[in-house]
Amino acid sequence: MVKILFFADQREKVGKDELEFEGEGMTVQHVKEYLLREYPSLKLHQTMTAINEEYEEEENRTVKANDVIAFIPPVSGG
Amino acid sequence: MEYYKITTEEIDVNEVVLSVVHPEAGAVNTFIGTVREFTGHKQTVSLQYEAYPSMAEKQLQRIGTEISKRWNGVKTSIVHRTGKLAISDIAVVIAVASPHRAESYEASRYAIERIKEIVPIWKKEYWVDGEEWIGDQLEQTSYPTGRPKEDS
Repeated sequence: MVKILFFADQREKVGKDELEFEGEGMTVQHVKEYLLREYPSLKLHQTMTAINEEYEEEENRTVKANDVIAFIPPVSGG
Repeated sequence: MEYYKITTEEIDVNEVVLSVVHPEAGAVNTFIGTVREFTGHKQTVSLQYEAYPSMAEKQLQRIGTEISKRWNGVKTSIVHRTGKLAISDIAVVIAVASPHRAESYEASRYAIERIKEIVPIWKKEYWVDGEEWIGDQLEQTSYPTGRPKEDS
């Protein structure tokens, strides 16, 4: 299982903070495509990917079991 | 002792400042970010900050590390508050201590700009007639859920 975290407008659109699914072996790009099929209102094209709390730029990176993934929307802290 | 924290509590400014004071420092620069009421014509009633706390703290730490590499002998602490904030509440405090004053200004500016680039914190603005997650500081990539009219 891999865990996806949702923040800000994503959390409101999906209606939950996180979900788990059998995504191990998928690439980051495939995980995004899966989420967009499940939740068509999500917007993921402007996000930065984080895996296990570190930014990951490689869309072809394969996710492993127990990875925690977040698609970070444009940040607005400060 | 430098620290990097996301908190839901009110920020104790003095505690952040004291955390960077050290004998080699000749300057301590403190940046305090507060909740602004007006952005152009838009009147903010309150703000809500949300973070990915564990990752945000790592990214704040990364900023501190970047600063210490760029400016020798500079110590940095950063605390960002999350949750619902009212006008003039303190959202972020950055304290930078450096041997000489020039680096303290530069490093402080660097820290706030980096926060706006890489730290997973999001702001939702509540207006009299709507609310919106703010996508970036230029408000060019926001996600309307009840956007007020531009001339409101």
